[in-house]
Amino acid sequence: MSIWLFLLLSLVKSVLVTVIFLMGVAYTVLLERKLVARIQNRWGPNRVGPFGLLQPLIDGAKSFLKEDVVPSHVNKFIYLLAPLIALGCALLSIAVVPFGGPLAWHGMRIFLISDLNIGLLVLLGITSVGVYGIALAGWSSNNKYSLLGGLRASAQMISYELALGLSLVGVVLQTGSLRLSDIVTHQAVHGIASWNIFGGGQFFAFFIYLMAAYAETNRSPFDLPEAETELAGGYNIEYSSMKFAMFFMAEYGNMITVGCVATLLFLGGWTSPLGDLIPPPQNIFIQALVPLFWFVLKVFSFLFLYIWVRGTLPRFRYDQLMNFGWKYLLPLAMLNIVGTSLWLSFP
Amino acid sequence: MHLALFLIFAAFALAGATNLLLQKHPINAALSLIVVMSSLAVLYLLLGAEFLAVAQIIVYAGAIMVLFTFVIMLLNEGVEEKTHGSRVAKIVGFPAVAVFLSLVASVILAEQNHLSPVGLNDGIIRIQDLSAVLFRDLLLPFEVTSVLILIAILGAVALARKDGHE
Repeated sequence: MSIWLFLLLSLVKSVLVTVIFLMGVAYTVLLERKLVARIQNRWGPNRVGPFGLLQPLIDGAKSFLKEDVVPSHVNKFIYLLAPLIALGCALLSIAVVPFGGPLAWHGMRIFLISDLNIGLLVLLGITSVGVYGIALAGWSSNNKYSLLGGLRASAQMISYELALGLSLVGVVLQTGSLRLSDIVTHQAVHGIASWNIFGGGQFFAFFIYLMAAYAETNRSPFDLPEAETELAGGYNIEYSSMKFAMFFMAEYGNMITVGCVATLLFLGGWTSPLGDLIPPPQNIFIQALVPLFWFVLKVFSFLFLYIWVRGTLPRFRYDQLMNFGWKYLLPLAMLNIVGTSLWLSFP
Repeated sequence: MHLALFLIFAAFALAGATNLLLQKHPINAALSLIVVMSSLAVLYLLLGAEFLAVAQIIVYAGAIMVLFTFVIMLLNEGVEEKTHGSRVAKIVGFPAVAVFLSLVASVILAEQNHLSPVGLNDGIIRIQDLSAVLFRDLLLPFEVTSVLILIAILGAVALARKDGHE
């Protein structure tokens, strides 16, 4: 295959995935507003379009049209750089996620931008760089609330990144590969029974990952970097219009990515929970779309859980957060690695 | 393609390193160091060491430098004061660096034929091969290093412990 075809296909895939991803982000925000509203016995946005479905578009337009205020006391270069880092990392990480089956055209996977043999590590690397967006935003704003938010964010994300990374080691041990599509095909044999969370015995690892991921994405009950009641908004307090929206998009984008990773690593990715019980359909289009459907359904249920938790649980105190991460999650993740290794060495 | 990428990211690394020395503010210096680390990661990737490249990003750019910036933010260090610098460093420093660089360069040039051939190519060192070397052939040095790091951590904890919390 010529290099130009490769570049063209990659460009088309990147643009498509970015657009769909950003739409997903916009509608996750709407889903959250609707769900939290129902949990609190309200209606939520319901004026713009049927059931408020056009609300995200209006919100986006509003963010673009708002006055872009840059306070005079900020460190301007870093202040402008920070939202770019945050959103850039959030968009970058989706590039290694395989959405659908191994369908290829001219030797290139259709439902995957780039098939790296260290895909999982690349995801972790991008997440660890994403901390800078929040930390630098907090510092460069020259505001004590944002500084506290930024400090909390960096301490929290470093602490929980350890537990997050270690919880994934068990899965990697079982698969023997860091390539995300290998991890999925390894779980494809018997449907739900061979998913890593059940058949793979990574039940505890899944819950460690779940909690660490909530903390990594600064979501309730670990949303201390932007705790409204304590910090009046946290690291993003001095940001306005589109720059604020970029942080917002980064947060929801990270939520979706974390959901994708959980789906790929623990819930069997794009494979059907019924395994080979249902014979694959003959039509090539249906054959391509069914895995996509399962993938989106799994990610959606993960996002639903995210929002459900946000609407239900109160926020942790800062010392509780640190205690929980270092004294419970981290040792549990290590125990899981030891357990998985023992399980694998005595078949 | 490889050569172009190498030139771009080597230039980035050198520019970051120079900027690190010239910057007055600690945060800017830390950010330049992050640029250097990330460019080095790309250079590792060009040499086929993919695991090392990502480990460089995760460990250095993602963890150690976050701690650096965390401490700088926590102490809220301002712009450093301009001093005249020590005269000894000016007189001895530059010749010493020149001597050191020429020494390293001459050793490398002399041993050029004995070094294993590593070049800019499409070859990839597989992670399985890497772990075989690390956990089988070089197991003892690896474990000794990890014990050394553990001792350093314990030392840091012992130093940081407040009196009265015996």
